[in-house]
Amino acid sequence: MRTDRVRSVLLVIALSVLAIPFVVPTVWMVAASVKPLAEIFQAPPSLWTDSPTLAAYREAFTFQPFARQYFNSVYIAVLVTLITLLVSSLAGYAFARIRFPGANALFLVVLTGMLVPSEVTIVPLFQLFKSAGMINTHWPLILVTALAGPCVLATFIMRQFFIALPVELEEAARLDGLGRPAIWWRICLPLARPALSAVAILTFLASWNLYLEPTVYLTSPDLFTLPQALTRFADSYGGPMWNTQLAAATLTVLPMLLVFVLAQRHFIEGLSHSGLK
Amino acid sequence: MTRTRAAGPAGPVFWTSRRRDVLTGYLFILPQLVGVAVFVLLPVGMAIWYSVNDWNVFTGKQTFVGGEHYAALADDPQLPKVLLATLLFSGGVVIVNISLGLLIAVLLNRRFRGVTVFRTLFFSPVVVSVVAWTLVWGFLLQDNGGINGLLGTIGIDGPNWLQKGDTAMVSVILTQVVRSVGINMVLFLAALQGVPRELYEAARIDGANSRTVFTRITLPMISPTVLLTAIVTVAGALQSFAQIAVLTGGGPGLSTTVLVYYVFQQAFEFNDIGYGSTLALMLLSFVMLLTLLQWQLRRKWVFYED
Repeated sequence: MRTDRVRSVLLVIALSVLAIPFVVPTVWMVAASVKPLAEIFQAPPSLWTDSPTLAAYREAFTFQPFARQYFNSVYIAVLVTLITLLVSSLAGYAFARIRFPGANALFLVVLTGMLVPSEVTIVPLFQLFKSAGMINTHWPLILVTALAGPCVLATFIMRQFFIALPVELEEAARLDGLGRPAIWWRICLPLARPALSAVAILTFLASWNLYLEPTVYLTSPDLFTLPQALTRFADSYGGPMWNTQLAAATLTVLPMLLVFVLAQRHFIEGLSHSGLK
Repeated sequence: MTRTRAAGPAGPVFWTSRRRDVLTGYLFILPQLVGVAVFVLLPVGMAIWYSVNDWNVFTGKQTFVGGEHYAALADDPQLPKVLLATLLFSGGVVIVNISLGLLIAVLLNRRFRGVTVFRTLFFSPVVVSVVAWTLVWGFLLQDNGGINGLLGTIGIDGPNWLQKGDTAMVSVILTQVVRSVGINMVLFLAALQGVPRELYEAARIDGANSRTVFTRITLPMISPTVLLTAIVTVAGALQSFAQIAVLTGGGPGLSTTVLVYYVFQQAFEFNDIGYGSTLALMLLSFVMLLTLLQWQLRRKWVFYED
């Protein structure tokens, strides 16, 4: 009994030390964003300031169209997630359940989408979108993310999930005369909630984090997304505006962290049931 | 599922339920298939075409040069350094990520007060925007930044992390691993919880110590998860563009210029589309080779419960 208690105290201490690099950067970011500029690189480092200020937050919105950029990131990520949920649950269901000629070969073709890095396709895609007149629009960010890349991973996750789902439920429904689309929508999708939430989380994060694509496709600050905007906080001499950048980063990070902490059970359970094991 | 026989040779009904099912199958996969065809396969084909052409971006003129760009790979004095950086980075990320993920998962795979809190803390960087996370680490790793400040309080004179080749590499690897290890931790935890308890009990009765239990039971039982996460982690590391671009810009020198970053520089900074595409295809072949290799290993090493 005694050694058990000693062991668990040691465990908590070890975990706390291990957690420092996971937690402190975020805390430091929030603390530094309300510090006067001169205190950001003070030695020894401190998470406290005697004269907190929100000036950097005001600056973040006046220096760039930051509210607009925030909206861009949110609406693109939401749209991409919705399209991916639809496309991947349809394809994942068909690959898992419906027998059609060429299914295996076509599934392999789809999987190649998971292997090809976006850096390989970006130069040709730039030319394609250029000839379609879609440069400096959000279309490339939406279309490619929602139909290739993360969507292929989503299709894989959905297929794995539907394969593991007992088929009897569907057979009963078929005997009752329900067609495939109705079975997919009314019976399988409601059961697939854990897989769908894993897909939603992974896709939202993938879109939210896009950096190469906006850098390549977008040139007007009004159209920028957050990751790209965060790197543009530099004064006219190219000097970085540290606290403004940190304030903007804080605004980018905190809502996501809040949603995560509130819904962390869904995040973690969704992921552990994603079939990625 | 039993196969429904298609309507007889002169069957009056064309749309049998079997045929309707096949059609539904094709329609269901159509959007995904079109997406992959247009946004993955077509661009790969175009990249192959670009790699055998010289392309003047300013005049738009293309001239066929055959294998010239491929021959240029051998003469590029920077390429060996880029490949070394790619190897160090991807290897470093996968080794540190898998071992740290396993360590945290094993520590958290027991009941004690606060286990959920720790799980949340270790996972939290996953939901932090990559660029924001990297920017903050960039501040902390400055010569006069928080990390050296902390080291200073215990009397260690920390290096200028991002300005020296080897410490810059260590910095990009750790920044990347700490941000993303939470995903692997969760997958490992799920796998650990899937190991049947009877196995542990049987081993304990046989008098096995905890190290033997870990290497002989736990590891083999979760090896499919370890292998899959290793594949996903390497593929992710080979595609880490934002982290490198924001933290080091490939520097100092070429020490953190990994292949993806080099591709980007050649294609979009130096406008050398032909050579950039050739490098991109090399990256693609690495990813393909790794996948094949790991499938082979999977057959050999991974224990499956049938």
